[in-house]
Amino acid sequence: MKAFSYVSATDVAAALRAISTEPNAKFLGGGTNLVDLMREEIEQPDTIIDITRLPLSGIEELPGGGVRIGAMVRNSHLAAHRLIRTRYPMLSQAVLTGASAQLRNMATVGGNLLQRTRCLYFYDGAAACNKREPGRGCDAIGGFTRNHAILGASEACVATHPSDMCVALAALDATVVAESVRGVRRIPMTEFHVLPGETPDIETTLAADELVTAVELPDLPVAATSAYRKVRDRASYAFALVSVAAALETSGGAVSAVRLALGGVAAKPWRAYQAEQVLLGAPATDETFERAADAELAPAVAQSQNAFKIELARRAIVATLRRLLTEGSAA
Amino acid sequence: MVEIRMRVNGVMEALDLEPRVSLLDALREHLGLTGTKKGCDQGACGACTVLVDGERINSCLALAVQYDGREITTIEGVGDGERAHPLQSAFVRHDGFQCGYCTSGQICSAIGMLAEHGSGAPSAVTEHLSADTIELSDAEIRERMSGNLCRCGAYNGIVGAIREAASGEAGRDVMEAVR
Amino acid sequence: MTQAPVHSRPAPATAERIVGKPIDRVDGRAKTTGAARYSAEYPYPDIAHAALVHATVSRGRIAGIDAAAASAVPGVLAVITHLNAPAMKPPPPVSMMNLSSLASGTTVNYLNTDEVHWDGQPVAVVVAETLEAAQRAASLVEVTYETLPATFDFAAEEKNAKPQKSDLVQSGGATKGDAEAALAAAPVSVDLRFTTPPHNHNALEPHATTAAWDGDRVTVYDGAQNMYWVRDNLALKFGIPAANVRVISPYVGGAFGGKTMVWAGTILTVLAARVTARPVRLMLTREGVYRTVGGRTPSTQRVALGAEADGRLTALVHTSVTRLGRVGGGPEQVTSQSRHLYDAENILVQQNLVKLDLLPNTVMRAPGESIGTFALESAIDELAGELGMDPIALRMRNEPERNPIDGKRFAHRMLREAYARGAERFGWSERTPEPGSMRDGRWLVGMGVASAYHPSWQFAANVTVRLSADGTVVVRCGFHEMGMGGATAQAQIAADALGVPFEAVRVEYGDTALPTGPGAGGSGQTASIAASLVSACDKLKRSVLALARRSGDSPLRGQRMTGVEARDGGLYRTGRPGLGETYAAILTRAGRDSVEARVGSDTRVGAIAGQVRFMSKLMLDRRRWVKAASGAQFCEVRVDPDTGEVRVSRWVGVFDVGTVINAKTTAGQLRGGIVMGVGMALSEETLVDPRNGRIMNPSLAEYHVPVHADIPSIDVSWLDEPDPTMPLGLIGVGEVSITGAAAAIANAVHHATGRRVRDLPITLDRLL
Ligand SMILES: Cc1cc2nc3c(=O)[nH]c(=O)nc-3n(C[C@H](O)[C@H](O)[C@H](O)COP(=O)(O)OP(=O)(O)OC[C@H]3O[C@@H](n4cnc5c(N)ncnc54)[C@H](O)[C@@H]3O)c2cc1C
Ligand code: SF4
Ligand code: FES
Ligand code: FES
Repeated sequence: MKAFSYVSATDVAAALRAISTEPNAKFLGGGTNLVDLMREEIEQPDTIIDITRLPLSGIEELPGGGVRIGAMVRNSHLAAHRLIRTRYPMLSQAVLTGASAQLRNMATVGGNLLQRTRCLYFYDGAAACNKREPGRGCDAIGGFTRNHAILGASEACVATHPSDMCVALAALDATVVAESVRGVRRIPMTEFHVLPGETPDIETTLAADELVTAVELPDLPVAATSAYRKVRDRASYAFALVSVAAALETSGGAVSAVRLALGGVAAKPWRAYQAEQVLLGAPATDETFERAADAELAPAVAQSQNAFKIELARRAIVATLRRLLTEGSAA
Repeated sequence: MVEIRMRVNGVMEALDLEPRVSLLDALREHLGLTGTKKGCDQGACGACTVLVDGERINSCLALAVQYDGREITTIEGVGDGERAHPLQSAFVRHDGFQCGYCTSGQICSAIGMLAEHGSGAPSAVTEHLSADTIELSDAEIRERMSGNLCRCGAYNGIVGAIREAASGEAGRDVMEAVR
Repeated sequence: MTQAPVHSRPAPATAERIVGKPIDRVDGRAKTTGAARYSAEYPYPDIAHAALVHATVSRGRIAGIDAAAASAVPGVLAVITHLNAPAMKPPPPVSMMNLSSLASGTTVNYLNTDEVHWDGQPVAVVVAETLEAAQRAASLVEVTYETLPATFDFAAEEKNAKPQKSDLVQSGGATKGDAEAALAAAPVSVDLRFTTPPHNHNALEPHATTAAWDGDRVTVYDGAQNMYWVRDNLALKFGIPAANVRVISPYVGGAFGGKTMVWAGTILTVLAARVTARPVRLMLTREGVYRTVGGRTPSTQRVALGAEADGRLTALVHTSVTRLGRVGGGPEQVTSQSRHLYDAENILVQQNLVKLDLLPNTVMRAPGESIGTFALESAIDELAGELGMDPIALRMRNEPERNPIDGKRFAHRMLREAYARGAERFGWSERTPEPGSMRDGRWLVGMGVASAYHPSWQFAANVTVRLSADGTVVVRCGFHEMGMGGATAQAQIAADALGVPFEAVRVEYGDTALPTGPGAGGSGQTASIAASLVSACDKLKRSVLALARRSGDSPLRGQRMTGVEARDGGLYRTGRPGLGETYAAILTRAGRDSVEARVGSDTRVGAIAGQVRFMSKLMLDRRRWVKAASGAQFCEVRVDPDTGEVRVSRWVGVFDVGTVINAKTTAGQLRGGIVMGVGMALSEETLVDPRNGRIMNPSLAEYHVPVHADIPSIDVSWLDEPDPTMPLGLIGVGEVSITGAAAAIANAVHHATGRRVRDLPITLDRLL
């Protein structure tokens, strides 16, 4: 790990000042991704600005019925919070299926949003990776691509975003609140992460000097009937091969409200708008669920080793919706 | 160098550290507390689990400077001098280890886990997230302890030890010790 | 199925036998309080830290090294490369008369050569005042290579494999009759191809070494499975007498074969300490373990079985291809169990090898049988399907009286009993044979069985036993404790042999300054030491009796050993309660502080004599007997019909491991093997990029060993019938239970889904 200097910020203004004046500086949340990547020398900041002492650790109800989650809220506290468990159970579940209890006690909401891919070639300094070194090539293509993208990939990069929490946030129409010396900005979750295109090194629409201060959830009644299904290579403590965040409401046998997003399939949490369109108003049956999944996955393209994920995603979508229908919410 | 102070196992320690020193290395190399183990240095095994203000974390991904002013409990601070913590003796009785390398992490993790469960926190296998009380079934213990690998495969013994320590007479002791 | 009764042997007349009891480990407190020190945990005030630089090409020459940036890192003491490293002797040629010559993980003389033989080979070691500086500087060493053509794609090179030649210890192939002809003629047959991927041990403790020189003597703390190999290897490399090297490894944080050989990290730590004249510590990074310590070879296997309609096997063919490194590695005994498990009329087994430019393979828990049983026992299940027979009935139909391949006698064979008991404990009769016929809610349920088989070994062990006038006993033997509970087991054995309380015995181990112990391998450590320990205790008792029988005051006056037994902390006349005296009384009267007995000698001559004795006993035994641990593995899996996720939901394993010394630690060992078997079956795979030979998942996050949530409660039991040819009747327990495990799971998955997966691991994509 390269040597760096450390500052701890105790108020937002100080943190913003520091990030805009210190060259090559990075914010430090729980450190579970940043410290790992620094030890691998993939991240090499000169200054670390510790933001965990910022007063952004609250979860509170908003006047309009939504919920505001401070960026420093630990993943474990988010998952255990009553409001989240009862009103947005898919979010609790998504967070609880991520990493381990120890890591969730450390990881912050802000850090989780900004965690980087687990592509094996991104992690290996000896491999070519356009995300690490733009223009150097992508060794993942033609290599081990079991946990790579089937949607929205480019010739430059086929990596996935590894977060579980973000998949739920994408389904829930969350908004990311970001602040810089220039002011406050609100970014819809679905626009927070970006697809790789020609520039896989650019992963989000957040500017380098912007601090995520909160994530806001809208008042969303359908979310009370929701669940998160994560499919992976062992029963726990593994990243998703495919995951599904789904909320479903029916009335008179037809889908009256739905939210659907996929994880493990793209460089961003994948909001399944195509599928939602098929579902809304259609009879809540396996047949509809299958049609919806097919619509979403029609543009899917497999890498050398991950064709199975297309079928897996299809089945996971159908199974998750079916369970919501028959067994109800995870709450 | 950054000067920090941490209460480690009840003792206030002052350390002068490079910011890049992990909490794990600070404990092992600077304080000589080698009971906490390094199995991967990448957050993937749980051998380095310690308690910070009663919450379990992986000390290998923690920069020590970030924990300035906090209260750290390592395996050396579990139990009361000569008197073993009920989980420690339950681990021995249930043979919840072989090589012993994951054991410190397992025990610290179990203490943190029981506190989390006691506070009503759910897990990924909790059937009803909104339930007020969650029974600590074997499935719950296993899921909640999955951040601690044991390559020797002593999982049955570990679960048995935790189950025993969490219930009955010993269980109350554990909960006392946790609080 | 036969109904042979299964019963435990009655305890011997001596009142309180300690052998067999579920005694808590003697090191339980040390391990649960953090007091147990592993090899990176020995403090030196002036310790320096080392870090390795690994090659990033599979084969080539180092064209240049730029260490300027690394050397400039504050705190760096040395950047050692082939350009400035002192000369070391190359590893010795392999000889059966000097078993420590087997110790080199590779033949590379690290940092004494510009040649690179695998992606990951250490090409430099950096030493610094702090760990952080060492690791940072290591990343700044710039190495350029002239690359040479290399082959590393096992799947592509497999066709170039050559038959393995047989040697004194290992047989590459064997035949009985004409198996191919019998196969062609068989009314029912299967002819199948299986593959298994490379595996890594992933002991939770990464390999770590602390080395400190004092003149031309060096003390080395090293987590090892064979400290003496480490000692002799280091002595040779650094040109000093073996007596000048002391290797200490009281606690080893898991090994599973990965710490059997001497690997680069150990040697380079000692080198770094010599160059910097400082005590040096090196704990490999997890990635460093993958890059410098061999793992299990991948394999492709063919198993073909021919049978009569009644299930009688007429042909059994098992061939394999595994790989070696171009610079080391050994053949994996993949077909071992296929020579012993089934009474086929015609048998052909042959192992084949291909050499690649990869880090050499090494032994890993039950090398050979763990992956060999996967293929054989899956094939048997498939044949049972073809025959419409119950898979246990098919096995029992072919259960041999004598060793199938050569007609030798079995020292011990209780597979029938193991299956009978296992079927009952598991509830095999509940199983409906049709694949896909069992469900629990939405889960598909499957039940599978497989046989476990692992040959038993016994090595030479020197032991001393000292009895003190205060009644305490010290057993000294340089053996290894990686979790098997060796000290606990030997204390139990000594306590029984001497008739003293368990608590009175202390066992010293893990130090080459002790009498030479056996390596921890082949599940042979406990039996090997037990043999010597029991005879040392016998010697000791004779010495003590000699003191007593000469004394006019002793009730043992004039007694011979045959009329005397050890119990209650002393010697007493057999069948005459109260007639005898305590050791304390005898020693005190004789004016002795202690009496010591020794088995084996650590002198040069003694060591050679021991080696020869061991080899000749091995050869003799091999000629007379076939010895093994075996067992029956039963498992139940649940498969998610939507996603193909497999969960192991129940397990019953019944094993024939001879006498069990400690019921608690034995259960733990047996369960541990099954857990590793679950990983092997469902999730473990080392990913070697076929484009460049580089391991791409050198991490516990990406190499999936089982976690708590993957493992159900595992029911293990044993038949407790001593093996008459082994010391105390005991057979090792460390490896047998991983064998058969993957096949039991694959068979259960087939039963649940109708899908037959012949390629490990059985990840969910193979079931979609
Ligand atoms: C072994 C292992 C397994 C894991 N498994 C999973 C899994 O299954 N599912 C899953 O979802 N995740 C998993 N994770 C990842 C884990 O969830 C993330 O590492 C964690 O959420 C990151 O949060 P943090 O606070 O620790 O971030 P940090 O590591 O502190 O920071 C990550 C990045 O975010 C930036 N950052 C942090 N906070 C802010 C902010 N407020 N504003 C702007 N930038 C910020 C940092 O500068 C840094 O670039 C795993 C991690 C490990 C090590
Ligand atoms: S897929 Fe993306 S992250 Fe992975 S190697 Fe290619 S460019 Fe890098
Ligand atoms: S050493 Fe920290 S998780 Fe492995
Ligand atoms: S006891 Fe060895 S890793 Fe758990």
